[in-house]
Amino acid sequence: MKKYLSFFRIRFSNGLQYRAAAWAGVSTQFVWGGMTLLLFRAFYQTGSQAFPMTFPELSSYIWLQQAFLALYMSWYFDNEIFDSIISGNVSYELCRPMDTYTMWFIKNMSVRLSRAVLRCMPILIVAAFLPEPYNISLPVSLSAGLLFLLSMTLGFMLLVAFSMLIYISAFYTLSPMGIRILTISVLEFFTGAIIPLPFFPESLQTLLYLLPFASIQNTPFQIYNGYMKGNEVSAAIMIQAVWLLVLLASGKLLMKQALRKAVVQGG
Amino acid sequence: MKLYLKYASIILKSQMQYKTSFFMSVIGQFLVSFTVYLGLYFMFHRFHSVSGFTYSEVLLCFSAVLFSYSLAECFVRGFDVFSLIISNGEFDRIMVRPRNEIFQVLASRIEFSRLGRFLQAMAMFAYAIPVSGVVWTYDKILTLTFMLAGGFFVFSGLFILYAAICFFTLEGLEFMNIFTDGAREFGKYPFSIYGESVLKFLTYVIPMALFQYYPFLYLTGKSSRTLYMFLPLAGMLFLIPCLIFWRIGVRHYKSTGS
Repeated sequence: MKKYLSFFRIRFSNGLQYRAAAWAGVSTQFVWGGMTLLLFRAFYQTGSQAFPMTFPELSSYIWLQQAFLALYMSWYFDNEIFDSIISGNVSYELCRPMDTYTMWFIKNMSVRLSRAVLRCMPILIVAAFLPEPYNISLPVSLSAGLLFLLSMTLGFMLLVAFSMLIYISAFYTLSPMGIRILTISVLEFFTGAIIPLPFFPESLQTLLYLLPFASIQNTPFQIYNGYMKGNEVSAAIMIQAVWLLVLLASGKLLMKQALRKAVVQGG
Repeated sequence: MKLYLKYASIILKSQMQYKTSFFMSVIGQFLVSFTVYLGLYFMFHRFHSVSGFTYSEVLLCFSAVLFSYSLAECFVRGFDVFSLIISNGEFDRIMVRPRNEIFQVLASRIEFSRLGRFLQAMAMFAYAIPVSGVVWTYDKILTLTFMLAGGFFVFSGLFILYAAICFFTLEGLEFMNIFTDGAREFGKYPFSIYGESVLKFLTYVIPMALFQYYPFLYLTGKSSRTLYMFLPLAGMLFLIPCLIFWRIGVRHYKSTGS
């Protein structure tokens, strides 16, 4: 355990070095969030009765999404891992007295986490002081706040576990580009990064909710803003936990299979 | 021009070496913008119209922006990855060749796989042009052509500006993405819906509304001012300050030494 923890610490502090990039990212995300809200404002003014969430709920959702973009961004993949699989350098990793799956998992987590830590505070603080209803409000209750943290952690691990499957697929395909861009578009769409999930047609809602993608960023953010209440919250967290276990188990299993069959190219 | 075609055919051949990967990328590009389209579709499924614009009108606007963006991204891609060209020293080689630098950067990268987005734009045009309710007289056709050309010029200008900034920072500025990726994402709706101040900014600072919003009003018959039809041509002038800035950058250029 200790070795994984120190590995995490090294990667994490490494990620904290990119401060200038973080500032550029913060300003970009701020404009992005603002434009998104203006867009939804136009729809709200046109037909407020068709709006599935209240506007303050939406504002909180959008700002959380921008602030924690680094945790849930679908397009980030660690090229080192892909390269090591394709070039065969992965064999060195396998020699280490560590579990490769866990190590890659931690590596991905730490990069995303360090980026999010650098970026989230400025966005959240500025967004909190925006005029209503465009600001981010506090979580609806203390328990919602705590459940949000729990659910955010689960969603974060779920996304990393999902991207692990993509890394593992590179053992079989050796050319991850295609599956990668496919994954990105599916993730963006079904996690609610393009439009929040409540804006999808009613008939799709149940299906969306049961897919693992809704459990990534939709669940924590909708707990925070009070869109999900009472029993819905516990049910959604249960779904998160189940999907996390399923993805972790299948990832580990596939990894084991892949390594048994893996052919290292070249010498 | 002949030389450019020569370059283009070489690049096309080299990208065709990895056929599966190439077509996967094209399909991927298509899918990425297709999900964006689906998002828009779902929004209109719920709301039917936004600020007085109907679904088919917005679709026309979206396809015009996507069309010009994907063309610019395909052919002016060299400027988009310019930070790479500087940091790996490729620009030093370009400087010593007896040809215009802009031409060489243009010809060094042509990203044909970006045509996936282009396909998406064409498909939306095919749907939106007949159903948008626009009566396609000659002036309307001309307006749309101006919009597409104007968009191509403004986006190219932005890519060049982005590259020129790299002369000073040596790396790409993520902030510029707001104007390129952001314009593609938010430009699917007419810019007026974002409010007065955004529209002003996009008219006078970065002239994107000149090829999108104003001619679009004329196109859909919401305004009958013929001046609006020619505004995209004014927007094209945006390329000039970008090129001047690029010149300043070239003069300022110091090799990274790698």
